[in-house]
Amino acid sequence: MKLFEYEAKNILAKYGVPTPQGGLATDVSQAHEIAVKLKPPFAIKAQVLVAGRGKAGGVLFADSVPEVEKAAEKLLSMRIKGIPVRSVWIEEKIQIKKELYFGVTIDRLNRSYVAIASAVGGIEIEEIVTKAPEKVTRFLINPQRGFRSFHARQIARKMGYTRGQLSRLGKIFESLYSAGMDYDAELIEMNPLAETLEEKFVAADARIIIDDNALFRHQEYKRRLLEGEGELAPQELEAIKNDLAYVRLDGNIGVIGNGAGLVMATLDTIQYYGGKPANFLDVGGGATSEKIAASLKIVLSDPNVNALFINILGGITRCDEVAVGILKAREKVGVTKPMVIRLVGTNEEEGKRILTKAGIHVLESMEEAAQKVVEISV
Amino acid sequence: MGIIVDKNTRAIVQGITGTQGRFHTKLMLEYGTKIVSGVTPGKGETQIHNIPVYDTVEAALEKHSANASIIFVPAPFAADAALEALENGIKIIVIITEHIPIKDAVNVMTYARQVNATITGPNTPGIITPEKCKLGIMPVHIFKPGGVGIVSRSGTLTYEVAASLTRNDLGQSTCLGLGGDPITGLNFVDALKMFEKDPQTKAVVLIGEIGGNLEELTAEYIVKEEYPKPVVAFIAGRSAPPGKRMGHAGAIVMGKAGTAESKIEALRKANVKVAEKPSDVAKLLLNRVSA
Repeated sequence: MKLFEYEAKNILAKYGVPTPQGGLATDVSQAHEIAVKLKPPFAIKAQVLVAGRGKAGGVLFADSVPEVEKAAEKLLSMRIKGIPVRSVWIEEKIQIKKELYFGVTIDRLNRSYVAIASAVGGIEIEEIVTKAPEKVTRFLINPQRGFRSFHARQIARKMGYTRGQLSRLGKIFESLYSAGMDYDAELIEMNPLAETLEEKFVAADARIIIDDNALFRHQEYKRRLLEGEGELAPQELEAIKNDLAYVRLDGNIGVIGNGAGLVMATLDTIQYYGGKPANFLDVGGGATSEKIAASLKIVLSDPNVNALFINILGGITRCDEVAVGILKAREKVGVTKPMVIRLVGTNEEEGKRILTKAGIHVLESMEEAAQKVVEISV
Repeated sequence: MGIIVDKNTRAIVQGITGTQGRFHTKLMLEYGTKIVSGVTPGKGETQIHNIPVYDTVEAALEKHSANASIIFVPAPFAADAALEALENGIKIIVIITEHIPIKDAVNVMTYARQVNATITGPNTPGIITPEKCKLGIMPVHIFKPGGVGIVSRSGTLTYEVAASLTRNDLGQSTCLGLGGDPITGLNFVDALKMFEKDPQTKAVVLIGEIGGNLEELTAEYIVKEEYPKPVVAFIAGRSAPPGKRMGHAGAIVMGKAGTAESKIEALRKANVKVAEKPSDVAKLLLNRVSA
């Protein structure tokens, strides 16, 4: 789960990481209230979860309170990459001498966490790694010893800092790591971490992604996610509530299957035959007929869908349950779009019998089914 | 032969009294897997399918020796279950459970490495050496003994490929599910090393997907070590958009990292044949094995 910048900054501030003074506004009068308490100049930043916010015009600057109001009004009526801006974060603009990067994320190969630091910041870390690899320090964290103060100081030294600055920077790194661990972050980063003209350090922008699997330990964010305060499409929200994995895409073939790998391969196969998938939907293992019905409802609520492909390879999922779910959905939702169904595996015969009796044709090969649905969809 | 599990594997089932644990214990027993006991805290001194159930792993091991454990415990408690097995000396652990937090998984893997234990998963269908041992939840009729080792990040996609191999008379030595999470006990290189030493394995199928760069590192390994057995691969997620998690916690393209294109290109450079569609794996394998 991606956190908004203001959420990330509030967490960082709680852990003692210096962040610019600021506040969140959802309308112009709130923007005014916040701005009068801050020192100019100001930065006004749209709170959206899309990458490239700055380039899309989502960050504005102002020298006076009326200018802040104007900027807030402009941003709050804007859409950034299709996402409406619901709130803006207003803060004191920092006088930056140098932009740095520091973050903690996971290292799959070493099955651990890794701290990444760079004396070049402000651009995406992937870009920093490609453009200036010699400026990047990777430090693998031993989960038993943790990330200690001296590790943090060693990294600060490698970045070229000494004495007071080295200590201050080390403290910030250590605090960021603690926040990351406490919040189950799969990524926590300050980018840029700004060195100011006064030789201090401030997290000018911050990003936190909480491990979805750990959300049960962070109920306040889980609640925010389920209340739809984020930027989920209605289908995505409905999928979370039904414990389904759904991703909206931009094509016209609705896809439902069991198993992430199989559904991904189904999308690829549709694309291979020239079709365009409208979504990814994985019902997971052992889906009940109710879950299948809920899946159909979600996929069909996307107006772009004009054909459906259900691809089930039954292991723990039983084909007869799937068949019953399809019929239930047809009754309740009123499926009017053409469907192609591929159904093999556990209780295959019974599943086919149920569907054939109801006048639905069932195929056995994934490729054949994919070709068929592509034909129908164009 | 095969890898990790065989006829002599003696396993306990942690979380044996839950719906999944109970159901799959029965299926594993029917396949001939030696399940010696089960563990569920608070359910000791009962039985499931005539298998005695204990409150702790320690108690179970006092009565029946075992060298493996398969875990069906719910995600919030699964890491604890794995640590319990490790502390009691179990060296082979299969974690079926999905949705284990990354932080918990990192802890388990760190300890497992210290005590030299092999962990399959989490979020895996498990491992099967056809007609010898199954520590997992996969449907068994799609497998048959033979010379192809399969290692995969996806469950149902493994079934899709295994069924197609079996139809083409290409049996399997061992099928190993690494798991769909970003942190797993084993990776492709670990599996390739084990398959290299296994005389039954003549060729390896590698089923990868978007996310991370372990497929790319595997390609490097194949080149550097001049891997002696033919390898055929399938990579899922060519059509996946960046920044979206495709079902598996580990299946996500971040910026330009972790794309299917990058993995396919790296593998092809390492002289690995990469299938366009799952059913092409068998064809490519037939070419490699007979060539």
